[in-house]
Amino acid sequence: MQHYRIVRTPHAALDVRGHEVCQSARTLGVDGLSEARVSELLFVRGNLSESDVTRLCDTLLADPAAHSVTFSEAGNSPVANSHSVEVAYLPGVMDPLALQLSRAAQQIGLPTIEAATGTRYELYGDLTTAQIVGLAERLLCNATVQRYALGTIEPKFITSINHRTDSLKSSGGEVNLISLTGLDNKGLQALSKTRLLSLSLDEMRAIRAHFESIDRAPTDVELETLAQTWSEHCVHKTFKAIIEYTNEHGQVEIIDGLLKSTIRAATEKINAPWVRSAFVDNAGIIAFDDNWDLSFKVETHNHPSALEPFGGANTGVGGVIRDIMGVSARPIAITDVLCFGPQGLPHDQLPAGTLHPRRVKEGVVAGVADYGNKLGIPTVAGAVYYDPGYTANPLVFAGCVGIAPRGSHPTGANPGDYVIVLGGRTGRDGLHGATFSSDALAHDTGQIAGTAVQIGNPIVQKDVMEVIVRARDAKLYTAITDCGAGGLSSAVGEMAEHPNGVDVELADVPLKYPGLVPWEIWLSEAQERMVLAVNPVNWIALRELCADWDVEATRIGTFTDSGRLIVRSHGKPVADLTLAFMKDGLPRLRLKAIRPKAEIISPYQKFLSDKWNDTENHNETLLSLLSHPNIASKEDIIRRYDHEVRGGTVIKPFVGRFNDGPSDAAVLKPLETPEHNMGFALGIGIATYSNHTGFDAVCEAINNVIAVGADPHRIAILDNFCWGDPKNPEQLGALVDIAKRAAESAEWHQTPFISGKDSLNNTYVDKDRSRLNIPGALVISAIGIVPDVTKAITMDLKTPGNRIYALNCTGQEDRYDMLFGLMQHGLIAACHDVCDGSFAVALAEMCIAGQLGIRITHHPMENPMKTYDPQKERLTEWWFGVMSDYFVVEAKAVMSPQYDLQYLGEVTENPRLIIDPAREGKPLIDLPISELTAAYKREGKYAQ
Amino acid sequence: MTTKPLAMILHASGTNRDGDAARALELAGAQPEIVHLNALRRGSRTLDEAQILVLPGGFSYGDALGAGRLMALDLQTYLSDALKEFVSSDKPLIGICNGFQALVKADILPGWDDEPHAASLVSNECGHFVCDWVRLMPTADSVCLWTHGLTEIIECPVAHGEGRFVLRNDSPLPQGEGLGVRALSRLRANSQIALTYADGTNPNDSTADIAGICNPAGNVLGLMPHPEDHIYSWQHPQHTRGATAGLGLSLFRAGVAYAEGKLDFYVKP
Repeated sequence: MQHYRIVRTPHAALDVRGHEVCQSARTLGVDGLSEARVSELLFVRGNLSESDVTRLCDTLLADPAAHSVTFSEAGNSPVANSHSVEVAYLPGVMDPLALQLSRAAQQIGLPTIEAATGTRYELYGDLTTAQIVGLAERLLCNATVQRYALGTIEPKFITSINHRTDSLKSSGGEVNLISLTGLDNKGLQALSKTRLLSLSLDEMRAIRAHFESIDRAPTDVELETLAQTWSEHCVHKTFKAIIEYTNEHGQVEIIDGLLKSTIRAATEKINAPWVRSAFVDNAGIIAFDDNWDLSFKVETHNHPSALEPFGGANTGVGGVIRDIMGVSARPIAITDVLCFGPQGLPHDQLPAGTLHPRRVKEGVVAGVADYGNKLGIPTVAGAVYYDPGYTANPLVFAGCVGIAPRGSHPTGANPGDYVIVLGGRTGRDGLHGATFSSDALAHDTGQIAGTAVQIGNPIVQKDVMEVIVRARDAKLYTAITDCGAGGLSSAVGEMAEHPNGVDVELADVPLKYPGLVPWEIWLSEAQERMVLAVNPVNWIALRELCADWDVEATRIGTFTDSGRLIVRSHGKPVADLTLAFMKDGLPRLRLKAIRPKAEIISPYQKFLSDKWNDTENHNETLLSLLSHPNIASKEDIIRRYDHEVRGGTVIKPFVGRFNDGPSDAAVLKPLETPEHNMGFALGIGIATYSNHTGFDAVCEAINNVIAVGADPHRIAILDNFCWGDPKNPEQLGALVDIAKRAAESAEWHQTPFISGKDSLNNTYVDKDRSRLNIPGALVISAIGIVPDVTKAITMDLKTPGNRIYALNCTGQEDRYDMLFGLMQHGLIAACHDVCDGSFAVALAEMCIAGQLGIRITHHPMENPMKTYDPQKERLTEWWFGVMSDYFVVEAKAVMSPQYDLQYLGEVTENPRLIIDPAREGKPLIDLPISELTAAYKREGKYAQ
Repeated sequence: MTTKPLAMILHASGTNRDGDAARALELAGAQPEIVHLNALRRGSRTLDEAQILVLPGGFSYGDALGAGRLMALDLQTYLSDALKEFVSSDKPLIGICNGFQALVKADILPGWDDEPHAASLVSNECGHFVCDWVRLMPTADSVCLWTHGLTEIIECPVAHGEGRFVLRNDSPLPQGEGLGVRALSRLRANSQIALTYADGTNPNDSTADIAGICNPAGNVLGLMPHPEDHIYSWQHPQHTRGATAGLGLSLFRAGVAYAEGKLDFYVKP
């Protein structure tokens, strides 16, 4: 068995990663690093001669125009260089490159090899060992998934498995009985904690009572299954709980299920006929045209992204795409909303055990890009929000839209159908992901929960995606769901409900490597897997289809009508639970909630109100608003996402003369429907909790899609709450409060919610045991049908002489219809919603995008429409305050007063934004576009 | 009734712009068909059925070992003779983005038998994936049949992380021109440069602004940008500002016309 080490180094002039390392080192305060070289490390082990390795290098690696390749037998590698750091994955972490290398070696006829990969950093300059260690730990290596060595690293090989033929099956392994009888409350709680079950005392007692009633102890498989099935992540206990809520007037209300009584109640009241499925399946579904439906789902992946930003965001996107595959649709668009801590946070203020917000952002963006780009799904809409409250707990919301022929998604497995697992193999990845995400992050979580974080293998999912749409069209399955949190236990458990039973053999589950015990196989959250229910007559056809696409499909059991979930290992039952207990045995939570009395105001809201209270320096006010990270251009992130693939992005994230104006929403025309010009728009609203937010997030998302030309009567929305500790009454009170306002807003807009998800326990426990809650965040995602994409509207100014109007839709639902009508008649040249920022910002963005000026000569106060506290009413607030439900419209003609448009001024050739030129002294605002653009792009003096 | 030429669009694991390419070829007058590489490998389909061959964009095999490298290995392992036959029989072949990367790594482009591995496509100078619109100038005297007769700028998106075209470093070029003086001279002397980034839109610091090259015979074109994603005016980022020019469709029309023997005035090199 020989073991070789191959080093592939780009030519110095092409070593862009080395250049990046130098730059990042400087932001960490290490100025002595003068040059860094970054090489790929490939390790191969097997029955290989030197000439075999030479051939491998020549055939697979040599590319003399790009880099040089050297290899040596392990042990003969160059002497440890104190200025080099080598990084490799921890054992068990997904390494797609190593898998491809073994596959390719076999393709060129080499003996079977084991492969591993790593990265080598050679650091030059005046550096102390402490500085090199610092760079290794803070920049080059993430200890959650990687390890590093100074000098040379020894690889940890994964057992090579031929993707196409071999199959590695479990050899059995241990199952333990865990007796609960005799455990007191303390003992039950301790057990829940040591096994990472995240079950409450009440829940543990219910399990104890159940097993006492059937007179036996649970197995570890059963206990783990219940912990997953009953986790906050899977069953959303808090949103289903009975809540005793003290409202702002001190009155107590009993809320019988928060979701049911707010969000879902709004959907039921609106009762839109084009909503095909809301809140019941993996995603919400609406009608598109006469033949096709659109599905939409948004998920969060916060905890994993805090620990391993790339892998966390990567698998977050992968997971939500599988949700869409789980409703038999082809994924066609991705959205992402990201919340980070301040990018310039001094390192000494970083909470213990957390990654710097800059590193989190870098990793998250790369992770989102990697999955979406590789699957060929355009990432088209999103938002980025910075707040110090997200330093230890960044938020990653990932959304996916899918398209499927109406009626093509089967939802009921029958007894006798096979249980088929399809796609990636099962490993020790992500164990306890569901329960871990339901718990607080602590300063040492990275060490305990390392296995909960994983890295995706997008190409495997791409092939699975292709197989599923074809299997759907050939009607080869009767039910489908994705393997997400809880792995097979959740997926198979859910699917077993319809036929009312299942019998699974874990020994048949294909594994990545040996050594997994039964509960690990059953609970593993290995990515890129789907579970299908397949009638035995279709099994051969499905297997052949999968073979054509190199997708592994394995029968692991049969659905039954026994009322039981039976899990076996080599024939012997390791779990035997009644579905009734799994479904109904969970004690209902009772919680107390109090609406926070104190005014909660975020640093960003404070910044905004300070700005509009500044009555003197209006030019500076506008420039500082434009250059605020929450308003400034997000181009550095968005251009890393492929937003053009599938060739259907009619309105792109950036619009205007130089493609740099922020579009209100993306508009897409699906490849599947070339026969007409219908499309859909995607918009996003985000609000952090304060005593009046919630309504505005819904407005923002809806106004986003209306601004680009969506039909106001064909918009659906999704809710995603990311909150702190729900056992804290004020935290829960805030959640109740914002959920009520969001539901109220949806009802007022007659816009139904079709799907939602909550992520709770986004808290961080510091070393001194104090628990910090994140600023509660509500993200609303809107999808709106655009009847004719060629009539879609962008926000950039078009023509000098056109007239600028304001449109206020507060309390005036019919004005949406009026605006939509004007757009359809071609009278609107540009439209921009004002929710995000203020009127002055909206006008400035329109100027930047259109490279034209605006001269505002009329005060909107001339048409009094007061919707806010008259005592605070000041002119500057009108221009700089947050004005929900307003649009700025560039009209091609003079608009008759019947349209309730408030005339403000005109588009000018003169490239300046001028507000109130006749004002006493000087105009309120008078700035050239070049200055506005520099601020908006944070260039020159606006950088940082 | 004439039958449309069959444009075979190769799909390997990770290919993702095959649907986009199929739509462009269809609009250009061909009959597109997406064929999985496994079907060719197993012999249920053969390359000689096709009049046009397309290697579309995507991330074949996840870009492992370098973008296009493992797709190139497939071409070399499973289709070597058939592909040589296809190329030498003067049929049009186009590799877009990942397809271009595969053609270069399989040494089909620039296609110099006496000088293998003369070019490569490496990480963008900015160090990451870039999605943006670029302007492409067809080279007037190029031998490429796909750009034959094209004089107007094509506008279309790029979407890649490894699209920086470099030549083997035999001697440094003057400032701003990248690497490989001799190889660049040879490309120019052979009129193999088919498309260049115009008006400062080079998104990745490619040598001499090269966006696409062809083989010496002119029937094989490889390019990083995606003309297949600008075949309708509504795909243009400024379509709401009245932009209608710069369609990428013309390029596919030229390829189809050639396959039909209708490309006027095209003189084989």
